[in-house]
Amino acid sequence: MAELAYWEAIRRAHDEELANDPMVIAMGEDIGVAGGTYKATLGLYEKYGEKRIIDTPISENSYTGIGIGASMAGMRPIIEIMSINFALLALDTIINAAAKIRYMSGGRVQCPIVIRTPGGTAHQLAAQHSARLARVFMSTAGLRVVTPRGPLDAYGMLKSAVRCNDPVIVIEHEQMYNLRGEVPDEETFRPLEGAEIVRRGSDITLIGYNYSVHLCLAAAERLAADGVQAEVIDLRALKPLDRETIRRSVEKTHRVVIAEEDEAPVGVGAEIMAIINEDCFFALDAQPIRIHAADVPVPYNATLEKAAIPDADDVYQGALKVLGKI
Amino acid sequence: MKASDRKRLLREMIFYRRFEERCFEAYMERKIGGFLHLYPGQEAVATGVLERARTGHDYVITGYRDHVHAMKAGAPPREVMAELYGKETGSSRGRGGSMHIFDPTVNFMGGYALVGQPFPLAAGLALACQHKGTDQIAICFLGDGANNQGTFHETMNMASLWKLPVLFVCENNLYAIGTRINRSTAVTDQYKRVCGYNIPSSQHDGQDIDVVMEAAEKAIDHVRSGNGPYFIEFMTYRFRGHSMSDSGAYRSKAEEREWAQRDPILILSNKLKTEGVVTDEDIKAMEQEIDDEIENDIIKFAEESPEPRVEDLTKYVLDDNPDPRWIGPLQNSEA
Repeated sequence: MAELAYWEAIRRAHDEELANDPMVIAMGEDIGVAGGTYKATLGLYEKYGEKRIIDTPISENSYTGIGIGASMAGMRPIIEIMSINFALLALDTIINAAAKIRYMSGGRVQCPIVIRTPGGTAHQLAAQHSARLARVFMSTAGLRVVTPRGPLDAYGMLKSAVRCNDPVIVIEHEQMYNLRGEVPDEETFRPLEGAEIVRRGSDITLIGYNYSVHLCLAAAERLAADGVQAEVIDLRALKPLDRETIRRSVEKTHRVVIAEEDEAPVGVGAEIMAIINEDCFFALDAQPIRIHAADVPVPYNATLEKAAIPDADDVYQGALKVLGKI
Repeated sequence: MKASDRKRLLREMIFYRRFEERCFEAYMERKIGGFLHLYPGQEAVATGVLERARTGHDYVITGYRDHVHAMKAGAPPREVMAELYGKETGSSRGRGGSMHIFDPTVNFMGGYALVGQPFPLAAGLALACQHKGTDQIAICFLGDGANNQGTFHETMNMASLWKLPVLFVCENNLYAIGTRINRSTAVTDQYKRVCGYNIPSSQHDGQDIDVVMEAAEKAIDHVRSGNGPYFIEFMTYRFRGHSMSDSGAYRSKAEEREWAQRDPILILSNKLKTEGVVTDEDIKAMEQEIDDEIENDIIKFAEESPEPRVEDLTKYVLDDNPDPRWIGPLQNSEA
């Protein structure tokens, strides 16, 4: 069992999948000669050559579309979009093409493409580099959306995404690329569906995905010091979403906080809230709450940025509120 | 080309014309729903270009005016009509409709409603051909209106940069829906617009199928020989509206009459009559035979085919038989 950084885990998944199947290629801006903005393809250009590690011009919609076209002819492209903000330029080919081609061809043509892109705020990247946007993709039929919280899922879910026959959006996070965690030495696949209970508890359920799982875990530590046993769920996959794990946990703890770095309106938390209402409303002992970003374009100023984005203390305070302690 | 082959091409174009006109009738009878974009007037382009391609082997992709491209690529006309009727036996199992005909068994990779979207998809199909080292090419048919999308410029750049085996066929029918080309486009000769990307290009009459075939042959040879993309522009005209709801107010009757003289079926049939290959009687017999085939075989098949089952509504959204090794779901151990 080796400890890898998140970026090293992604790099290893690329390397193994490129070695496994000659139809696998990677495409994106600066991923080849420059080694990748987040080093996710570092050294692979030298190993696999320019035909398989393809540096693209700054044309997100069309290079994503080229990847989709190649996938329709049997290839397995892994597309890197440097920031989820730039993925907005590729929404036409992602949502109007990749997500719909299987359906509108009556199941006769598929698009086995992987689109990796980091969302999230980092350190004062300002409004056009700080969007999260998971809700845009999770509301689109025909896509799979996964949000690995650490190196193990970053590695194992990317490998599964490459093998899977559906278009998969892998949402990474600007602040997680250097996060370290254990990854087995032997080849491992992590499933693209199913939430994970990452901490067991019986008093309250904290639900997160992507970076916000770490806020939930930090809040759970503080709650434990207060004598409260929090259960932490990492959604892992936003589409399809694992309703069953949410229901079971709520039926056990009767109290819920949902933590998301996204803005609240029409968001992941809103969807989870609806699911709780539909599936386990009568199990609740208190109103569930969402901890979420302020509904503003992310400001540059560090103090304002901090105020706009939830942190572990916000999740902790939210839990105390749901527990009736404040 | 042998006389018998040119006679066959005349028959094909008449078939496509009658097929589309029968679609119009079926639409008026409300047998066909949604948007319907018909091809009369432009038949020589798809028929001529694909006559020179290796259909079933090369990839073909286009926009929403796609019935004829699909059929010439090899999609069975029965299945195309059944698709327009929304039936389970349709090319896309009734899920796509007129604008989304697919037949991957002949490498016809679809009709798309987003103008300009097929540019990158075509380049991607070509990338796959290049990567696999086959002698296949990708052929992308789009109208002049598509060339004002960003995907046109982005894709031309990458197709040229990577020398992708893709032929771009521009069907310049002078109108982007209801806006004339000189009112939407600074450079109206479309073939000139790819010069900035170092893509060889040319412009031809799209109404004379002999001209189309000769030009297409050269362009296809260029692409198949590994020289990278080629952009070919055909000047053509659609005889009907953009879609069924088109008032036609944006163009003059005089212009329409002028182009009616340039009907591709008229041009080829006049040549073949002059050459003594066909007579008016032959053409009449041909039309009768085609109408019988459309009515008694194609329409009958579409009418009698079953509707998709409501139970299958969510089929085809994702892979219906996914491998659990990749999909899971993840099992949480019971604590």
